[in-house]
Amino acid sequence: MSYPLDEEQLQIRDAVQDVCSDFPSEYWRKLDEFQGYPTEFIRALTEGGWLAALIPEQYGGSGLGILEASLIMEAINASGGNAAACHAQMYIMDVLTRRGTDRQRERFLPELATGRLRLQAFGVTEPTTGSDTTQLQTRAEKRGDSYIVHGQKVFTSRVEHSDLMLLLVRTTPIDDVRRKTHGLSILLVDLVEADGKGIEIRPLRTMINHHTCEVFLDGLEVPAANLIGEEGEGFRALLDGLNAERILIAAECIGDGDWFMHKACGYARGRVVFGRPIGQNQGIQFPLAKARAHIDAADLMRFRAAEMYDAGQPCGPQANMAKLLAADASWEAANACLQTHGGFGFASDYDVERKFRETRLYQVAPISTNLILSYIAEKVLGLPRSY
Amino acid sequence: MNIFVCVKQVMARDSVLRPNETGTWAVDDGVSFEMNEPDTFALEEALRLKERHGGEVVAITAGPARSASTLREALAKGADRAIHVEGNRYVESDAYATAQALAAAIRREPHDLVLTGLQSDDAGFGQTGVILAELLELPHATIIMEIDASGGQLRCKRELEAGWFQTITLPRPALLTIQSGINKVRYATLMGIKRARRKPFRRYSPDELGIGEPVHQRVRSLYQPRQSKQTEFLEGSSQEVAAKLLNKLRFEARVL
Repeated sequence: MSYPLDEEQLQIRDAVQDVCSDFPSEYWRKLDEFQGYPTEFIRALTEGGWLAALIPEQYGGSGLGILEASLIMEAINASGGNAAACHAQMYIMDVLTRRGTDRQRERFLPELATGRLRLQAFGVTEPTTGSDTTQLQTRAEKRGDSYIVHGQKVFTSRVEHSDLMLLLVRTTPIDDVRRKTHGLSILLVDLVEADGKGIEIRPLRTMINHHTCEVFLDGLEVPAANLIGEEGEGFRALLDGLNAERILIAAECIGDGDWFMHKACGYARGRVVFGRPIGQNQGIQFPLAKARAHIDAADLMRFRAAEMYDAGQPCGPQANMAKLLAADASWEAANACLQTHGGFGFASDYDVERKFRETRLYQVAPISTNLILSYIAEKVLGLPRSY
Repeated sequence: MNIFVCVKQVMARDSVLRPNETGTWAVDDGVSFEMNEPDTFALEEALRLKERHGGEVVAITAGPARSASTLREALAKGADRAIHVEGNRYVESDAYATAQALAAAIRREPHDLVLTGLQSDDAGFGQTGVILAELLELPHATIIMEIDASGGQLRCKRELEAGWFQTITLPRPALLTIQSGINKVRYATLMGIKRARRKPFRRYSPDELGIGEPVHQRVRSLYQPRQSKQTEFLEGSSQEVAAKLLNKLRFEARVL
């Protein structure tokens, strides 16, 4: 932690650490082995109100800022766990909070706050369109009081463990809009209601335990009342939530970085080779020291971005930089930790290889590092758009 | 029922400890702190008794300014108010001095039950509770596994050696030291943390309570355990060797 926290923020971090201490490495290792979902852990977080941190108090949440929410995510990853199983609940519901109608907010937010409903999935990516979101092929046609949806999504994470899903669809064909960012809309899908009625979910086995799926949509009917925000303005609503997501993901990377440092230094202190601890060798020390410095630097950018976000200031560059720096720092720490452990780093019982795989994801998702660099080049450096 | 629960802030269990310059305590710079684990069970028991029988739970500590965060944690978990006898002198104090500070504050208020953890994770005297009971002139019982407060008296189950238990009855008010692991400790919730901000928090200086400088016990030397390795060959018949090995595992290594 490279930033002074106030007493309540420290309490939040400590209390989440407390919850996490009941879910040790063995718990996550076992889940990883069988690609299981951390149901008990999510229940404990939900009961403590941790996943409702960003929901306004009037709807039964805590109405805290993104800084506090990021401390929650950080503590989970620093404990050896993985916040990916629940982080989306935080920033997806933010779209509903900001863009939903009063009626939608009143209908869903209180139940999301208590955990009776889970909103953990956002269907955006498609097999042929990743970062180039405006080209997505899933279309929704309005018929009477409903939208009829056809298309396919991929890497829709946690959809099997969610009651509700946001779905980004094209409601106006791309040829009929002035700008390609127009004509996209967000629909709220009640997955329980939709089951067997034009939606098919297929789990996708991946390198990490991420509960991600393919979603096939074939004539799925979604009530028009479940349109979030204005029709055709879904892309803007999507962008709204991105800064929050970047900051939360940066915090997860910081948590991972701390875990790798703790693990590596503990091992380096205790492992004796040629008559002295390996941590006494500069070949071991320097990569760890460098990683520590980079984690702390990224941490400062996370706090800067979070402060600006909570103050209602535009913070796109800061949020993106925080995510970029933190993802790079956690990956650097992962490498240094694995190298410090030597062969034992590859043994599952040490958890290093699991966390190594998990933190690698942040170079790719939820946004590729390259796309952040392109963003910084364009928006901060004023260079011509490259994509 | 007015329940006082005594909590202590100690260095976190995973801290890397080293002796300070004077060799009387561990360096606490850069170390994180937490509620003494045995006290978390006492707090949980107090909260459960309150939920069953009504009343109030007051968390109390004697410690430096930083100990306030441990009291805030108790408030976030459900204690109704907190009392902090604040002083740096309580960092290295002995059980008597701590008990004296706690007694001076508790004595000022009506109390039906005082709970402490069995011992602290740092000094591990296991004496604060019993000395506190003497200072408050309360009946007390230690290593409590169960409390039944449904009648006018307290019916408690104590843990004895070798798997034996004892059931005793005490009048109220009384003091009990709670065995670790007797309940499942609750987590602080986010709403609990927010509510804790508005709960009463009383600070006392030792002077306000009329407590003089404590001089009872002094740590002369504190050091890291020295690590050594030795190999011993057990000799005799297989049966004799097995018996000797069993003896060593049970009484020297204490792993059986």
